[in-house]
Amino acid sequence: MTQTQHELTGIPAAAQQGLAMMHIKVKILRFDPEKDRKAHWETYTMDAQAGDRVLDVINEVKWYHDQSLTFRRSCMHGICGSDAMLINGRNRLACKTLVRDVVKDGGTITVEPIRGLKVEKDLLVDMEPFFDSYKAIMPYFINESPAPAAERIQSEEEAERMAQSSNCILCACCTTSCPIFWVNGSYLGPASIVQAHRFIFDSRDQATQQRLNIMNQNTGVWRCRTAYNCTEACPRDIPITQLIEEVKRAVMYQQS
Amino acid sequence: MQHRYDVLVIGAGGAGLMAALYAAKGNVSVACISKLYPTRSHTGAAQGGIGAALGNVAEDHWEWHMFDTVKGGDYLTDQDAAEVFAKDIIDAVYELEHMGLPFSRTPEGRIAQRKFGGHTREFGKAAVERSCYAKDRTGHMILQTLYQQNVKEGTKFFNEFHVTDLLIEDGRCRGVVAYELSTGEIHTFHAKAVILAAGGYGRIFKITSNALTLTGDLMSIYYRKGLPLEDMEFYQFHPTGLAKLGILVTEGIRGEGGILRNDSGERFMERYAPTIKDLAPRDIVSRSIISEIREGRGVGRDKDAVNIDLTHLPREVIEGKLAEITDLARTYLGMDPVKDLVPVQPTAHYAMGGIPTDLNGLCLSDGNGGSIEGLYAAGEQACVSLHGANRLGTNSLGDLVVFGRRAGIYAAQYARQVEFPDLPDDPQSGTKDMFDGLRNGSGKENPALIRKEMQESMMNNVGIFRNGPDMERQVEILKELKSRYQNVNVGDPSLRYNSELIEVMELGFMLDCAEAMTASALNRTESRGAHDRADYHTRDDINWLKHTMAYKDLDRPGNVLIGYKDVALKGFTRAFEPKARVY
Repeated sequence: MTQTQHELTGIPAAAQQGLAMMHIKVKILRFDPEKDRKAHWETYTMDAQAGDRVLDVINEVKWYHDQSLTFRRSCMHGICGSDAMLINGRNRLACKTLVRDVVKDGGTITVEPIRGLKVEKDLLVDMEPFFDSYKAIMPYFINESPAPAAERIQSEEEAERMAQSSNCILCACCTTSCPIFWVNGSYLGPASIVQAHRFIFDSRDQATQQRLNIMNQNTGVWRCRTAYNCTEACPRDIPITQLIEEVKRAVMYQQS
Repeated sequence: MQHRYDVLVIGAGGAGLMAALYAAKGNVSVACISKLYPTRSHTGAAQGGIGAALGNVAEDHWEWHMFDTVKGGDYLTDQDAAEVFAKDIIDAVYELEHMGLPFSRTPEGRIAQRKFGGHTREFGKAAVERSCYAKDRTGHMILQTLYQQNVKEGTKFFNEFHVTDLLIEDGRCRGVVAYELSTGEIHTFHAKAVILAAGGYGRIFKITSNALTLTGDLMSIYYRKGLPLEDMEFYQFHPTGLAKLGILVTEGIRGEGGILRNDSGERFMERYAPTIKDLAPRDIVSRSIISEIREGRGVGRDKDAVNIDLTHLPREVIEGKLAEITDLARTYLGMDPVKDLVPVQPTAHYAMGGIPTDLNGLCLSDGNGGSIEGLYAAGEQACVSLHGANRLGTNSLGDLVVFGRRAGIYAAQYARQVEFPDLPDDPQSGTKDMFDGLRNGSGKENPALIRKEMQESMMNNVGIFRNGPDMERQVEILKELKSRYQNVNVGDPSLRYNSELIEVMELGFMLDCAEAMTASALNRTESRGAHDRADYHTRDDINWLKHTMAYKDLDRPGNVLIGYKDVALKGFTRAFEPKARVY
């Protein structure tokens, strides 16, 4: 034990700051296909705690200001990936973004739908193209040899090789922050390449070649211009650009 | 619109995806309906592990796992279910590995295992490494892996479809009705067999680890038909939710050596469970924490939490094996478990009770062996009574794969043997009535306020510590909330993507679950497992070694009828006599 008595009984300063009240404005891009021809901004004024999640604030708008506000959300702590949205111009999960990190007292938070997918209503977008790209890379383990009675042996190092890519929750923050994806929807996008990486570098998987071939097509990995938007957008800190580079290298070596 | 499938699976978390895979292997047509995208199901939030007696790290046997499950459940666990489970789970974990699940590994390259609450060697002698894990995101990897396998098999998914009704007539399930979020259209799904796997209902409580979507929809729909919910009084509070937020902090944190401390830095679990200390089962640790808080030894501004201490562990263990919770503590509390103590408090976590089933997942219609033909259930929403009065950590992920698989196999087997049953004359009438009632009322009641009052009162009156007068008051509170719900205001008149309508519908489902839970808890005049009553402080095996079956009284609104079901006190080859539960 290295703590002093004082540290044991208290909550650190950062957590205490989370309790401070702030007066904020929340500016949300609204669109209702049954009445609107184009989207418009609406602003809501409220008090929030500094440590509240932006999702808490958006829930407050829905529950007490305008019940028609529509968005996706589920787990509230960054593991389901439902609530990807553009917050102050950047792709983030609303449940992993704290009010104090995006606004000062008296300031404004702006919230818009993620870009590059069709807006269905308010912050809710059509996810089907995103999941179609995911399905296109054969996102499943393939090993046709008879399975042993117990597990297939894999070293700790080999298992660690998949740690970053298997951390992906398919929230679409990366793909919908990619400028190439915005101009060319046929590009499979960063999330799908991360999923391909997860299997290409699995020592037990036998379909590496097929996946590298998919990555080598004109919708694949060569579209990436290394803009790093995806890495910056990832709420799970996956070094996406680096993983894409690793897949590029694997495709190149396969060809040589 | 009308659809037709041999087997329908409702829910796409671990149990639903496993059921869908196995039903598909049974050569029948299968579709899976989910109110989310499948990868967003709450199985993904499970962190710590899946317990199986592989013996990769220390000697272990399925009999020890069975015993721990029965004792952990305070002898209300059905022992036949525990025996099937402890044997099947070994094979199921290997199967997940064969599906590519990236488990953490031992230095020899085998599946790594660590300690977890209530898991012991030699029938209680000492803690044992039984939890197989993938860092601290085991549930995430199970969910992803099972979804991947369903993509591989081409399972048909209906995403963002909310099931609104179960079509049951003459004791036979005939399909379901669902609302399609994107169009507002109501669909009828005609089926030979239906598997319910739609998860829990933790959102009836104020502080919970559960997702906003866990609202007990299918349990309520079952209950509204006059069918029973089993053992609803047994609701697990996980001892370590992040203070104020309730976000889960895995028990793996204690499995890796984390220590609970009160305001003076004392390792207080030594007083409550001297043999296995911080690795005691969840009900015991939760009560111990609340006792410390009540006796003024809590931490934080409101003194309503205790600390979890990891600071003596190597940084590599904390940032490697516990990366997920390290990130959560840093993000939400601005604290670093490498050097800070992290404040935690119990959080509503897991329903031990639910829709009663037999060992093959078949839904039961009473406590005497009656069943609903063609209807199956698995996972948290079901009660095969593996968990009894208290679930051991890691046994939820195990439950999903073992009983999800069994439900899939038996539903497909049944569907192959029968013709499609006739649909009721107007299958969508129940749903249309419900929607019309919600949409066209001239109500002024804000659903968010009703929900908030339900969550706060359930936390206070039917939480970790219970007593008769509080629960009697809760019965009255719920009656009042339900009558206000009759005048609820649905603010959004739109047809497409009406998320407001869905939230209001979910609130109605939660009020039913709360009603069944409160009545069941008030009725059980003893303390057992997670059900702890100040006015009946001891376990009473003479009168209460039985399951509760709660029925909605269809003639008298707000009234609940209670029946019972025997506990299976023997497995197929092993039996453990009830005895005092000490650790």
